Amino acid sequence: MVFLCCFSNKLCSLGMLLQRWNVLPDLQLSRQVASTGVPGQKGSNSVFVLIMGLSTLGAGAYAYKAIQESKERYASRLARISGQSQDHESSASGAGAAPQGTAALGTHPKVPSHVPFLLIGGGTAAFAAARSIRARDPGARVLIVSEDPALPYMRPPLSKELWFSDDPNVTETLRFKQWNGKERSIYFQPPSFYVPVEDLPSVENGGVAVLPGKKVVHMDVRGNTVKLSDGTQISYDKCLIATGGSPRNLPAIERAGKDVQKRLTLFRKIEDFRRLEKISREVKSITIIGGGFLGSELACALGRRARTQGLEVIQLFPENGNMGKVLPEYLSNWTTEKVRREGVNVLPNAVVKSVSVCGNRLVIKLKDGRKVETDHIVAAVGLEPNVELAKSAGLEVDSDFGGFRVNAELQARSNIWVAGDAACFYDIKLGRRRVEHHDHAVVSGRLAGENMTGAAKPYWHQSMFWSDLGPNVGYEAIGLVDSSLPTVGVFAKATAKDTPKSATEQSGTGIRSESETEAEASEVQISQSSSPMPQVPKQGEDYGKGVIFYLRDKVVVGIVLWNIFNRMPIARKIIKDGEEHEDLNEVAKLFNIHED
Amino acid sequence: MTSYCSGKDRIIFATKEDHETPSSAELVADDPDDPYEEQGLILPNGDINWNCPCLGGMASGPCGEQFKSAFSCFHYSSEEIKGSDCVDQFRAMQECMQKYPDLYPQEDENDGKSSKDLEAASMEASAAKEEEESS
Repeated sequence: MVFLCCFSNKLCSLGMLLQRWNVLPDLQLSRQVASTGVPGQKGSNSVFVLIMGLSTLGAGAYAYKAIQESKERYASRLARISGQSQDHESSASGAGAAPQGTAALGTHPKVPSHVPFLLIGGGTAAFAAARSIRARDPGARVLIVSEDPALPYMRPPLSKELWFSDDPNVTETLRFKQWNGKERSIYFQPPSFYVPVEDLPSVENGGVAVLPGKKVVHMDVRGNTVKLSDGTQISYDKCLIATGGSPRNLPAIERAGKDVQKRLTLFRKIEDFRRLEKISREVKSITIIGGGFLGSELACALGRRARTQGLEVIQLFPENGNMGKVLPEYLSNWTTEKVRREGVNVLPNAVVKSVSVCGNRLVIKLKDGRKVETDHIVAAVGLEPNVELAKSAGLEVDSDFGGFRVNAELQARSNIWVAGDAACFYDIKLGRRRVEHHDHAVVSGRLAGENMTGAAKPYWHQSMFWSDLGPNVGYEAIGLVDSSLPTVGVFAKATAKDTPKSATEQSGTGIRSESETEAEASEVQISQSSSPMPQVPKQGEDYGKGVIFYLRDKVVVGIVLWNIFNRMPIARKIIKDGEEHEDLNEVAKLFNIHED
Repeated sequence: MTSYCSGKDRIIFATKEDHETPSSAELVADDPDDPYEEQGLILPNGDINWNCPCLGGMASGPCGEQFKSAFSCFHYSSEEIKGSDCVDQFRAMQECMQKYPDLYPQEDENDGKSSKDLEAASMEASAAKEEEESS
């Protein structure tokens, strides 16, 4: 990350005294993770932040300031979320943040009949594309048409940081604390970043405009036009489809009728966060259905309220353990123990048969006859890509993965690209895929924006993802991370002088060594059905931190970094190489799993 | 070092000592001119990569044009005091930024710290190779 500077120190200081702007390039503050392409440079991720100090007297002194990127893990991870966005942390007070999202609502702007760049969808992928287009094409005019009433925002904090905010007004401010202690909004940019829709054709240097609360319902590929639900027609030169997805529901709940639906949350948007947050303070019991990322993160977030406010939090899912489709079974089971310790009553191997209202409560009947009583249900059972436009546009929907089928350059037709959750793309290294993660929205949106401005680049830079489940489980991953693949996990084993406790303290990963033995004991008991552990682990053997390789045809196609951070460049390099390694323990050495 | 097998999954526990010997794993040498690899701020040919995530919103925001102009001038400046011929461009950028106080906030805190950081940063883009981003 980069930035430069120069100038004699004297000039710099002078400039700084006079006037400064501080611009934090978000991306990088990031959890370095994602992207760094230069393996082996792990120590040098300094973030340089540009500060321009420009003399108001015209002295012409200006300066760049560099800041060192703290390597603290939370640090990087909090910031990473910000994706391509720019940090404008010192802007907007909390109070000012609330209206941000709906700034343009209620107005009826005159929509231009033609825009050079039309982005359908207003999420992270669209925003990343807008950034990329604007950076590469001077003066580009970009229109984002979004069903969401809010301006573009990042979703990860909705199931992560916002739940752990100390601010009682967090549902209004939507601000969360980053690694450096500063707050930022989940909105990528404040309203002033965007150009009014009606001014887009005329504004001097172009810009990005958002038309919120509008849906594109028809696409004429040959005519390069779309039609909105209100009948408005817009023609484009280049179009991005970044329609994302809608949360799935369970058939058993769909059948259940209105009284059940009223007590159901399908979690995806800001409003869902606000509503669930409120409900969590009003009811006595919440049940989360689903053991994947969203379900497990929400369970842990709500689990904190279980401990502080006496809320009952139940999580049930068909798999044997949390993240069972992602993590190898032994690790999934271990994780489940950690989630339980967060105050969540986890019920694995639970398939919902029916849901009904009984008295004032909901009753969930499971296939095996068990019954769960609760007050509210959160169904986090996956995402259905929004592909309604495929029909009118004549675009292909992938029959295996869902989503619009695009080539390695994310292109569907001559002037049409697809990015984010809705894109089923060809990854030259790993084959055809569809990925539902924030970082993928950033990476693919950015790539689509580059290709919409002539880059002709394939999907090359692997996206990553991360998740935290309580203080003991934090991981980052890249590539094909699918528990059905064979895996090799290499974990740091503590020695006598390097007890789990001291390892924890040194690494900061927060392994609670004293309680570890208990966890293992109970783990062995629970796992009788699946018994993933070949034997009781010996002293010092624990899944506290390590690296897990996922193999396909003996080649590493996915890597999970388990409670170790800042190693993503190495992981990315190994995936990119696509080589067969004889001894993965040797590869694991590259990750310094015993270090912080 | 101990190793277990659990079905298709293999588990290795390695002590620090086990991992002290250098890795024998071989990585493929990187192609410095990989046309597809994400680049830093300064491309191998010396051009500026305006899409570098390291720029945050600078190049794509409302003052993107002014920023590009000022920064290009600075980057290519051959004056003795680099950038001293770019006053007009920087002034234009400043004027633009003043119109967007919430996008380009002035920072009033930690003056002392900044000047220290400045010194640390007085090299151009050697850092540009590293990167960024994502997520």
